[in-house]
Amino acid sequence: MKRIITATVQNRSGVLNRITGLLQKRQFNIESISVGRTEVDGVSKITFVVDVEDNQKLEQVTKQLNKQIDVLKVSDITDKAIVARELALIKIVSNSQLRAEIQGIIEPFRATVIDVSKDTLSVQVTGKPEKVEALIELLRPYGIKELARTGVTAFQRGQQPQVAQENTSFSLLH
Amino acid sequence: MAKMTMKQEEQVNATNKTPKTGADLLVESLIDAGVDTLFGYPGGAVLPIFDALYRAKGSFNQILARHEQGSIHAAEGYARVSGKPGVVIATSGPGATNLVTGIADAMMDSLPMVVFTGQVNQGVIGTDAFQEADIMGITTPITKYNYQVRSIKDLPRIVKEAFHIASTGRPGPVVVDIPKDLAANPCEDHYETDFYLPGYQPTIKPNPMQVKKLGEALKVAKKPLILTGAGISTAKASEEIKAFVEQHQIPVVSTLLGLGAFPGEHPLFLGMAGMHGTYAANKAIYESDLLINIGARFDDRLTGNLDHFAPAAIIAHIDIDPAEIGKNITTHIPIVADAKLALTQMLTQIKTSPDYDEWLDHVQENKKDYPLWYNKPESEMIGQWVIEQVYKTTEGNAIVTTDVGQHQMWSAQYYKFSQPNRWVTSGGLGTMGFGFPAAIGAQLAAPKDTVVAIVGDGGFQMTLQELSILQERGLPVKIIIVNNSALGMVRQWQESFYEKRYSESIFAIQPDFVKLAEAYEIKGVKIDTQKELAEKLPALIAYDGPVLIDCRVLQQENVYPMIAPGKGIHEMIGVKP
Repeated sequence: MKRIITATVQNRSGVLNRITGLLQKRQFNIESISVGRTEVDGVSKITFVVDVEDNQKLEQVTKQLNKQIDVLKVSDITDKAIVARELALIKIVSNSQLRAEIQGIIEPFRATVIDVSKDTLSVQVTGKPEKVEALIELLRPYGIKELARTGVTAFQRGQQPQVAQENTSFSLLH
Repeated sequence: MAKMTMKQEEQVNATNKTPKTGADLLVESLIDAGVDTLFGYPGGAVLPIFDALYRAKGSFNQILARHEQGSIHAAEGYARVSGKPGVVIATSGPGATNLVTGIADAMMDSLPMVVFTGQVNQGVIGTDAFQEADIMGITTPITKYNYQVRSIKDLPRIVKEAFHIASTGRPGPVVVDIPKDLAANPCEDHYETDFYLPGYQPTIKPNPMQVKKLGEALKVAKKPLILTGAGISTAKASEEIKAFVEQHQIPVVSTLLGLGAFPGEHPLFLGMAGMHGTYAANKAIYESDLLINIGARFDDRLTGNLDHFAPAAIIAHIDIDPAEIGKNITTHIPIVADAKLALTQMLTQIKTSPDYDEWLDHVQENKKDYPLWYNKPESEMIGQWVIEQVYKTTEGNAIVTTDVGQHQMWSAQYYKFSQPNRWVTSGGLGTMGFGFPAAIGAQLAAPKDTVVAIVGDGGFQMTLQELSILQERGLPVKIIIVNNSALGMVRQWQESFYEKRYSESIFAIQPDFVKLAEAYEIKGVKIDTQKELAEKLPALIAYDGPVLIDCRVLQQENVYPMIAPGKGIHEMIGVKP
């Protein structure tokens, strides 16, 4: 099952290496990872998408991450109300006759053309990973020359819905 | 500087005549951290540090091993017995990489350790310079934390942080990598040492609700069992565990590293559990309905096949490292805490429990009916018997260190430890060559105690160059080689699981260990028969100086009982003769 986990970390040298090394050593499969600075000086946030077998494995991922000296906070936000976004740059084969047709395809995705050459066209799209995926599939028939994705970055919405019984805890206590 | 003695202060003042260097700052930081024993090996990148140590001569008991691996295993032995962090200094590149085995070993067995490695000058880091190795990259997966000092102003703070991290929470090794120029260059007199580690706040107090839950589980349990791990020794909680066990009359089993945390001769003790544990201990785990693990990590050598490990039990797990809880075994009652605080709280909060007489009778019967056994030959020696002689002669009071293998398992089985931190062995990593240098560290930590290094002929040959230290430092370590001219445990597995194909496990040639001892100017004795050992051992153990005793034992003896690989804890073989 895919989970979105965020880790707030201290911006010390080697921290990303330590964390990705930990995940590799413990055989946790990282699907995507994105890192950037936060509003606090010296603090960065890492967003992972990991594929884990079960809740027990998931608990291990978060515990092992939490154990790291530089890690301030780890949250599995998959089941929360969140905003999750990914940026993709897609370079496709194109020519002057196709441009309008492609424009028509990307418009509903609120993607934009950011570069045009004689025989290529580059598109920028931002959104949920599924949306990015959908656009890539639509553009694939034209011939994708180059594709770059940032991986998902995410955080919780400002307001969380009040659910009477939220089943998001993975405590082994049951 | 508050902790400095007059003598140390004088020495530091003497160094102040020349401008202070990064290396001097390091020396001061070590004194501040309360370090009195250093295991170091010099080399190019740490020359400034060793020069500063020379200037501060007398501040530390400095031990020069003959190989960096010897240094770090000695530091591990020192850490286990003293409870203080072992401190090692090695040079860059090969010096640092020679430490890797010991660092990984300390990580697996949660030993506090601070390792200083030299690094090439900052200007050439990353250029594959002479004696450069990416020790940060190499040690990241095998350290609790590691640092490369990039600015001299950070050094005193980093040293303070390193000792704090290494010795608190779940202890472990911390590496501090120091570029040569940083150690050699002049620096200011004083830098800030205050630190704040918001991401590192170990939970040491137990949650009272979880302790209450444990109390409730004890009330309904019919077959409770306590599993003692090394976490109890580390937390100095031996008094508390004994009090709790006696108050509630619960039987106890131990992990390999936990031996000594609870008295080995106690009537409620069923022995070590796991691959070569006692039948009574393993059977008790299999049958228990409440298993209380205190300070152990459910290693696979303990559990055997997970499907058959305590299948009917509610699992309570007390550990200072939350990531250990639920890692290998599903836990029903997790208690994240220091073992001493947890047990103290348990003693006050859990007052009553039903009597478990039927269960106690049952486990005692197993203990009586299925004792450890071996067939004693007429006159030749075997490992088990040798260990029993050592146990008898030392009256169970020695500090015992071992390598890994048959002699280690026999020591665990036949030497009954009654006190914590007197059993020094490489459990998690299973490191050959560990035992002898560890004994050196143990003897330095406990100069008045009898330290016995029980080693195999294989492991001893990996680090025997440290024999030099014994005479040099006047350390009366007693080395007992359980010598079967083979890699005994490998040979045993080849016999049992590889149809007796003894691939590279039998030594065709053995050195004359007695002559070897004499070459290092220590007493050496070769012993071939039971009669000889029984006669000579008391005097040899009492001898005022180091001794090497080469005990020639029969090669074909195996360690029993055993849980074969992949089998469950209830499927032991070799339980009865």
